[in-house]
Amino acid sequence: MKQHKKALAVWLISVLVLLAAALLTGSPGRTESVQEAMRDAVLHSVNRISLFGLKTVNPGMISAFLVTAALLIAAVLIRVLVIPRFRYVPGKFQLVLEEAVGLFDRMAQGGSPHRCRFLGAYIFAAGAYIFVGTLFELLGLQAVTVHGHPITLPAPLSDVNAAIALGTLSYLVILSGGIAGSGIKGVGKTLKEFSLPISMSFRLFGALLSGLLVTELVYYYISLSFVLPVVVGVLFTLLHALIQTYVLTMLVSMYYGEVSEPGAPKKAKAAHAAQT
Amino acid sequence: MPLNIDWQQILLHWLNLAILTGGLYFLLYKPVKEFMTKREAHYRGLDEAAAAKLAEAERIKAECQDKLDKADEEIRQERAKAQQSIQQSTEDQLAQAREQARQIVTHAQTEAEHSRERILRESQRELRKLAAQATKKLAFHADPFDQFLDLAEEGEEYEE
Repeated sequence: MKQHKKALAVWLISVLVLLAAALLTGSPGRTESVQEAMRDAVLHSVNRISLFGLKTVNPGMISAFLVTAALLIAAVLIRVLVIPRFRYVPGKFQLVLEEAVGLFDRMAQGGSPHRCRFLGAYIFAAGAYIFVGTLFELLGLQAVTVHGHPITLPAPLSDVNAAIALGTLSYLVILSGGIAGSGIKGVGKTLKEFSLPISMSFRLFGALLSGLLVTELVYYYISLSFVLPVVVGVLFTLLHALIQTYVLTMLVSMYYGEVSEPGAPKKAKAAHAAQT
Repeated sequence: MPLNIDWQQILLHWLNLAILTGGLYFLLYKPVKEFMTKREAHYRGLDEAAAAKLAEAERIKAECQDKLDKADEEIRQERAKAQQSIQQSTEDQLAQAREQARQIVTHAQTEAEHSRERILRESQRELRKLAAQATKKLAFHADPFDQFLDLAEEGEEYEE
């Protein structure tokens, strides 16, 4: 009992000493004001990173490549090491994998029952990208800007280009479903929803950017860097990772199902019109 | 461009997403889904086999029940036939016994009638004989009283 009390006292003293040290030493000096930091978080006009010396890109681009690389490496490892050992009575990890695949597969079948094979694969990839990409900002990986300043890599979708890319690609997927399901009529149906790529892009961008801005704001002042990041950083990030994944995949499967739905035959339509 | 939108970066993101979609599809989505489909087929097969076995068992049970019913019916028919046969046999035997009894009675009556007639004939013959002898003795002997006594003694001997 006494030992427990001693250990508790040592831990509390260590925490207090570290807190005092952190507050007293202060930061090495700001390279930019909070206004500049937040403006740059939106526009990425200052803190840019060189992509293999070929081009300067937004940090979100590097994050996107890293997320894709991490996902593909994990997928390769799972494909080589885990999937061959799958059993009919699944273990915990197998259950998680099957649930992840099954979730998007069911979502695709629910949204577009008549044509869901490609849709399932796409929303699985998009969902994994949004979820892992959003959680990626929690890692706080550092990169060096072209000006030599260190920068924490943000979530890929907090970059407007990434959000536009995902939004427009999703729209193209929906359009492809329309063409495959109903031909020219499908194109018409898809073009009718012309605001979809903009709304999907900016919904993603706004959601991820708001998370980024709040986190930036919290981290900008060192005195807010204790305790609060646990709530703001981890819980909020986890929550909006789940929400954004669900929203985009659900919207894509729903619109895909709507535009790829085969139309009723003309005779049936005429008969229906005559009845009404 | 407003908001620092860069088409080249958007195309790079597209490329990135295309690679990710293809990679995840071939490495993860497809194999896991195939495995799930295979397992579903496996369990469906087991279910169908169990259903087929159950149906077979039901069929065999129905056959056995049918056979049992037929056997019961056969037993019932056999029993009825046996009872009928026993009844017939009993009736035959009874009829035979009655016939025999009737024949015996008839025969006995005939025998008795014959015996009676024979005894009657014999008695009549004896009486005639006795009457003839008596008559003869009466006709040829002087003392009828002695003759009578002699005849009476002969008659007692005859009775003994």
